Amino acid sequence: MTEPTRSGKPQIESLSTATVENLTGVDAPTRFWNRERRLGAGITIIGLLATLVFGPLAKSETARFTLSTDASGAALSINGQVGTILFGAISIALGVLMLTGKARRWQTLLLCLGIASFVLAFLCWQVAGKFMPLVDTLSGSVEYALPLILGALAGVLGERSGVVNVAIEGQFLMGAFGAALVGTLATSVWAGLVSAMIGGLIIAAMLAVLAIRFLVDQVVVGTVLNLFALGVTGFLYERLMQPNALKYNQPPQMPRWEIPGLADIPVIGPVLFNTQVLVWIALALVVLIHFALKGTRWGLRTRAVGEHPTAADTVGVRVRGLRYLNVLLGGLIAGAGGAYFTLVSTGAFNKNMTAGAGFIALAALIFGRWTPFGALGAALFFGFAQKLAYFLSVAGSPVPNQFLNMLPYIATIVAVAGLVGRVRAPAADGQPYVKS
Amino acid sequence: MKAERQEIPLRLELRGITKRFGDLVANDHIDITVEPGEVHALLGENGAGKSTLMNQLYGLLQPDEGEILVDGEAKVFKTPRDAIAAGIGMVHQHFMLVPVFTVAENIALGAEDVRGGPLGILDRRRNRRDVLETSKRYGLPVDPDALVEDLPVGAQQRVEIVKALTRDVDLLILDEPTAVLTPQETDELLSVMRGLAASGKSIVFITHKLREVKAIADRITVIRRGRTVATATPDTSEDELAALMVGREVSLEVSKSPSEPGRDVLKISNLVVDDDRGVRAVDGVDLTVRAGEVLGIAGVQGNGQTELVEAIMGLRVSRSGVVEVDGENLAGMSTKKILRSGVGYVPEDRSLDGVVKEFSVAENLVLDMYDRAPFGNGFKLNPKAINESAAERVTQFDIRTSSAASAVSTLSGGNQQKVVVAREMSRPLRLMIASQPTRGVDVGSIEFIHSQIIHERDNGTAVLVVSSELDEVVGLADRIAVMYRGRILATVSPDMPREEIGLLMAGITGAESAEEEEAE
Amino acid sequence: MTTDVEAPPPAKESPKEEGFLTLFLKNLWSANTVTVTFLSIFLALVVGAILIVVSDSAVLSKFAYFTARPSDALGSSWDLVSAAYADLFKGALFDPASFQAWFNHTGSWQQAFGPISETLTYATPLVFTGLAVALAFRGGLFNIGGQGQAVMGCVFAGVAGFAFHLPPGLHLIVALLFGLIGGALWGFLPGFLKARTGAHEVITSIMLNYTATLFLGWLILQKGVQDPTRSDAISKTIDSSAALPALPEPLRVHLGIVLAVVVTAGVAWLLNRSSFGFELRAVGANPPAAKTAGMSVARTYTLLMVVAGGLAGLGGAAQVLGTADKLTAQVAGNIGFDGLLVALLGRNKPWGTLFAAILYGALRAGGNLMQVDIGISLELVTVLQALIVIFIAAPAMVKAIFQLRAARSARLGASMSKGW
Repeated sequence: MTEPTRSGKPQIESLSTATVENLTGVDAPTRFWNRERRLGAGITIIGLLATLVFGPLAKSETARFTLSTDASGAALSINGQVGTILFGAISIALGVLMLTGKARRWQTLLLCLGIASFVLAFLCWQVAGKFMPLVDTLSGSVEYALPLILGALAGVLGERSGVVNVAIEGQFLMGAFGAALVGTLATSVWAGLVSAMIGGLIIAAMLAVLAIRFLVDQVVVGTVLNLFALGVTGFLYERLMQPNALKYNQPPQMPRWEIPGLADIPVIGPVLFNTQVLVWIALALVVLIHFALKGTRWGLRTRAVGEHPTAADTVGVRVRGLRYLNVLLGGLIAGAGGAYFTLVSTGAFNKNMTAGAGFIALAALIFGRWTPFGALGAALFFGFAQKLAYFLSVAGSPVPNQFLNMLPYIATIVAVAGLVGRVRAPAADGQPYVKS
Repeated sequence: MKAERQEIPLRLELRGITKRFGDLVANDHIDITVEPGEVHALLGENGAGKSTLMNQLYGLLQPDEGEILVDGEAKVFKTPRDAIAAGIGMVHQHFMLVPVFTVAENIALGAEDVRGGPLGILDRRRNRRDVLETSKRYGLPVDPDALVEDLPVGAQQRVEIVKALTRDVDLLILDEPTAVLTPQETDELLSVMRGLAASGKSIVFITHKLREVKAIADRITVIRRGRTVATATPDTSEDELAALMVGREVSLEVSKSPSEPGRDVLKISNLVVDDDRGVRAVDGVDLTVRAGEVLGIAGVQGNGQTELVEAIMGLRVSRSGVVEVDGENLAGMSTKKILRSGVGYVPEDRSLDGVVKEFSVAENLVLDMYDRAPFGNGFKLNPKAINESAAERVTQFDIRTSSAASAVSTLSGGNQQKVVVAREMSRPLRLMIASQPTRGVDVGSIEFIHSQIIHERDNGTAVLVVSSELDEVVGLADRIAVMYRGRILATVSPDMPREEIGLLMAGITGAESAEEEEAE
Repeated sequence: MTTDVEAPPPAKESPKEEGFLTLFLKNLWSANTVTVTFLSIFLALVVGAILIVVSDSAVLSKFAYFTARPSDALGSSWDLVSAAYADLFKGALFDPASFQAWFNHTGSWQQAFGPISETLTYATPLVFTGLAVALAFRGGLFNIGGQGQAVMGCVFAGVAGFAFHLPPGLHLIVALLFGLIGGALWGFLPGFLKARTGAHEVITSIMLNYTATLFLGWLILQKGVQDPTRSDAISKTIDSSAALPALPEPLRVHLGIVLAVVVTAGVAWLLNRSSFGFELRAVGANPPAAKTAGMSVARTYTLLMVVAGGLAGLGGAAQVLGTADKLTAQVAGNIGFDGLLVALLGRNKPWGTLFAAILYGALRAGGNLMQVDIGISLELVTVLQALIVIFIAAPAMVKAIFQLRAARSARLGASMSKGW
């Protein structure tokens, strides 16, 4: 705390009153069921589920995790039943460790490990007697996660400066549509990408004007803009693309770039260094935005505007201007995320083709606690869940893929309902700024 | 901070400043001159238009008429940036600090030291050094790396002052800076202000507290209902200043007969309550309020009064201890049940907790009893009974409104408060709790509300009044409990000299109290 | 609280005829709610017209020589747009030709009333889902989960419709109740989570929307639910005893619209005349004050979402039991999200919502004709619906566009979600 004893004689008598300052030092006695213990209990329960339910169900056959895109090559193998029970037990152990309350410092790590063990146990059960190509799974996860990363980053930009962006879905759709249309007309993937960004920008601009200038409730306007984007792209699709797909809806595909050398690293190489350019762009943006938020004037002001806009205004920060800037930048990024759907994933635009991905991106943003790296982690997790759902449905798993597809949604509900603890949005998120 | 910069005191002139909000004229042709190096007090009641005036000077609002002259030159302040550039700084009543930022980040915001050209990378080292330099220079100790949300109010205020000073301001506006301070902290702030004035800064000091004005100001401008009514010197008497401020001779005294206390109604023993952050706010309080007496709780805001009252009302879970009304333990009772067992409650924050502004006066008057006969049967409402009762209350409590069907938001603060008081006094009461009953209320309504409280006491109700205005507590209470850092330090008679009560409010009891004395 | 859409302030009877007229016109042109609504619809139609033109290559090609012969481009644009909007009208209200045919005994009355029947058919579920959103709004909650609740309503009502075999009448009531319960259950979750943990209802209910859709997708493939004669994702057909009685073929309008009006009246009563309505309005306007006055905010939130979910569930039930008669992945269409627009257009008032639902039903019915007749995609209707609400939500923008005199006009959702 501040002591009035710094070198140099103060000109003026100190204002400090140590007696009052000590007030915050009084810590409340902690409750027994604190966050860590609740999390520990959760991990223990899923561990028990894996051990006692998945374990007996698992076939006692080898589960092969091949280090390639198919059944061939080197593989990590384990007996399915043994693996299920083993990883379930690890999960229980980690949960119990958290329950003891002695590993507070490692809380997040233990939580991640606990969930990972549970996932591994589940995989052992599902893959027993079969094989799972790891490279294919991972690069598929990254690919599914790609639009989620970009969408969530758009959300980060808006929400850290205080504008809730529920319109990510709409930005995706406009981006996907713009990429398909212009990409086809110009027969250039890059022209497609740029117009995807402009598509996202259009929705972002509408959001910004309505929310910042006209003070319309941000969640409401975001929802309505999603429907607007759905309508406009659907309408133009049926009027232009459906009758004449060759002319309007056959965009070129984004190239895969390979970095020689690095791409030969087992598993990681093919996943990260022989992939879509857009993946690199997304990862670079995560890093860039992370550091910019933390260490630049723009970042400091953005955070101030999202937390306490009046305070920012009183020191001369242009609150609305910064919000416009960030929402529009977000629109560009989310639009690029939309390009994934037509330039990477399917090769043509289709009505409502994003099918709720924008909302999963929103979930990733919240799950990742409004931080770029958090959003990245959440997006990868959700991408993995999607890829897994696809893999298991192809592999004929007893678990219906619809339930696996529910995973991101349910995980988010659990997260915001508090199991993962205090998910705290920027304080002024969603509040229009009006000078009093 | 450029230490070599020459201190040139700044002369400020406001001419004919007028600001309207719809039909309301908040500032009506106000003229003020602040001479270089002087401490100029702006004295006025709540809602007199002081903050509005200063917000125009600081570029947060634009005047409809009039001009601002700095060193004889007319200036237009479109944003605070312009004001800062002209050498004007402001410490707001509600601190303008981002709670999750560090002290250094807060001070840097808007005037960041950056490198890397257009990249604008924060130069945290330089930023930190600047903070420490200013802090040392003016003797305002702050820790640049502390998170603002972890700092007590006194320290946050220092951060605000340092923030203004690092921007090289020559004129500093302090808006109600003492509202959250103990009398002792207030004295320290006053001496900081003196020091700043001595080093050549001009200071505009906004307040409604006469004592502070007299202690520090070189000149006093009194504002009433948006107009300048007088410019006075500090040797003007307090009575005279008060009269100027409120526009007529006011009796600061509340007329009442001696109390005749009866049985113990509210009994609190060893109550412990935490605040929202889980920090202990009420730390073992014992209190008894008897029928037919007013117990006043004096104390600087934020010493646990809010949490104490909320715990009594069942609005906040207490950690331990017992709250009994007529021997009945309130623990685990819902707020609804407590209210209906004969407890009246006037919450401290009227617009947040007291009224639903969108609702009509009539609806607000039954906010507590809408589902009870005659206003309803728990399933449907009885609009006829609601309206009839409302008409009665409006007359009885002198609520000035065009109709009982008008939204409460159209009423003045004083009349909104009367709605709350009327509602709470419409049930048969055993205990009445009034928190800051006259905050932001005009003088006429203050007198009315005070007389209603005394009236309730004379009917044999036990009354608990919590107020951070010592004058109010002294005027109303039959006994005064002084609260400090979650504890009741002492229960004293209202006849005790107010300096001694002030020392208690600062947590200084008996033995230590001799060491400090106000040199007025 | 009035339950009606705010009427233009009645012009005072003034002694001079002239004075009355000017006053009336002034009031009409000032930015009151009704004026803003009409101007919003007009603006949306203008934007829609632009979309129609730019997406038509034949017309667009005429713009290539616009400077040479502007009449060509403008004329064909006008022809296209007027044909489209005429179809919109004919498909929604009435086609003079078919009335003519009816009077000449060359056509049937069913044909004449076909458009109105279609309008009401499409409006029926929207009334329920719109009320589900509007009621929650008044309690301070943004029920974006109407879609999921409606889907669960479909699921429960549909399953009750083909799995139970009960006498007519009773079966219908049971199926409707099941729909209500399904929706209520899906509304309970976000309400309860909001009350207990503070989890923002927008997030939880968005997530529940997709969960419900996925659940429906799974369910209709299960044995006992899937139509045994089909291999695709479609359920058995509900018993005729569970179907909402409809007018004779080819008219599709069914008893659901009557139920919708009754429920609207019920919601209006609940909101303005009941203790629960008082509570929910107080909680919606100022939760801390409601709590201080002894109300239980948590209980109100939970109950409110149960009621709102039940309403949306009824909407789903009306869809399955009235028009769809079996479950498919798309059975609920977009009725939940459309309900959101309907509530916003109806300004969160029960009767306003009813009228807004009928307007949206009309657009939808008209859009069908437009698509069939001149091949302009039905999606245009979605665009129009969204645009109308965008304009209505920003009255200041509409006012700025039309230079309206400033007048009191309520901002939408002012008491709404303050961030997450």
